[in-house]
Amino acid sequence: MNLFSIFIKAFLIDNIVFMSFLALCPFIGMSTDEDKSIGMGLAVTFVTVLATCVTWPIYRFILEPLGLKFLQTLAFILVIAALVQLVEFYLKKSAPALYGAMGIYLALITTNCAILYVTLNNISKEFGFIESLVYAVGVALGFLLALLLLAGIRRRIKTSPVPAFLKGTPILFICACLLSMAFMGFSGLVK
Amino acid sequence: MKFWKIFSNGLINENPLLILMIGLCSSLAVTTSVANGIGMGLSMTFVLLMSELVISIFRKLIPPSVRIPIFIIVIAAFTTIIDYVLQAYFPDLSASMGLFIPLIVVNCIIMGRVEAFASQQPIINVIPDGLGMGLGYTWVLAAISLVRELLGNGSILGFPVLGSGYTPILFFALPPGGFLVFALFISLGLFLKSRVSSNTVNRDKAGCC
Repeated sequence: MNLFSIFIKAFLIDNIVFMSFLALCPFIGMSTDEDKSIGMGLAVTFVTVLATCVTWPIYRFILEPLGLKFLQTLAFILVIAALVQLVEFYLKKSAPALYGAMGIYLALITTNCAILYVTLNNISKEFGFIESLVYAVGVALGFLLALLLLAGIRRRIKTSPVPAFLKGTPILFICACLLSMAFMGFSGLVK
Repeated sequence: MKFWKIFSNGLINENPLLILMIGLCSSLAVTTSVANGIGMGLSMTFVLLMSELVISIFRKLIPPSVRIPIFIIVIAAFTTIIDYVLQAYFPDLSASMGLFIPLIVVNCIIMGRVEAFASQQPIINVIPDGLGMGLGYTWVLAAISLVRELLGNGSILGFPVLGSGYTPILFFALPPGGFLVFALFISLGLFLKSRVSSNTVNRDKAGCC
């Protein structure tokens, strides 16, 4: 598979939110306005790529030769936790406004399933290093796209007459359902 | 009795999916069939209960400043155990749930309960909490997957119950159907919550998957 089709597959066809149901909580929680969703999306992109850079060599050069494959989940989640801490320190210093806006969610990138999913998938799909990086960028940008789309829709929902029993979170999942149907249209794009 | 009070708390009043709305991801991804839903729910219950037990036993020895990494290691250990057990004894189930088993480690129901409950409570209270929260999660998964499998495939647990004249609505087996069914379940959850609104639900821990 060439790199471009890996990217399109990760970005649109297997979109992490609409097709794989991952990272739903930040999808609901961080899409209240566009700025926040871009900030969160970029933070996730940064951490995902960084995590891929670190976990892929760890698996291929340490865990696999030593026969320690069963430590995969444990090793990966610890690496991701350390990286998130790093990003948090960096943002606190250099972009306090963005740090303030992301609040609790930044700390919770650790438990953002998107990142662990990408690193585990890189291994189970037997990607090479470059392929893994492209896949990571594709998935993370797909997440950013999903957040932005929902942030735009939420702006309209505010002024729309929503049926009483769907007010609040349920209507967001109805929107996600419709968006997900639209994304199914991409499924024939790449073989 | 205290045991039943804590146990039933997880089943209804503070149901992790319907009321607290945490741990959403896995609830949508694996609920295409009832077998998957129950398998996921029970795996999750096992990891939750065992992690809560271990953390509760060692709660006085864990230094507060490094508690999060310690919690993660304990949870990841039990997740790895259940992953390998499923691969060995239930290969079909394991294959169809795929990566969602290792992803139990980032399910914030576990992190939330360990942080908010098990790290402060004695073992005697932790057992009903783990069981209640785990089974509260399991029954909602089973209910969602029942709707999706019945409408999307015309069967329950693989047995065709709607007869051969029924044309499956494929929509419910695909991702959009998951979102739709889940939206209706949350709507139900909010309704339940408005009925039991006297107890204030702490939602500070919500926000991850």
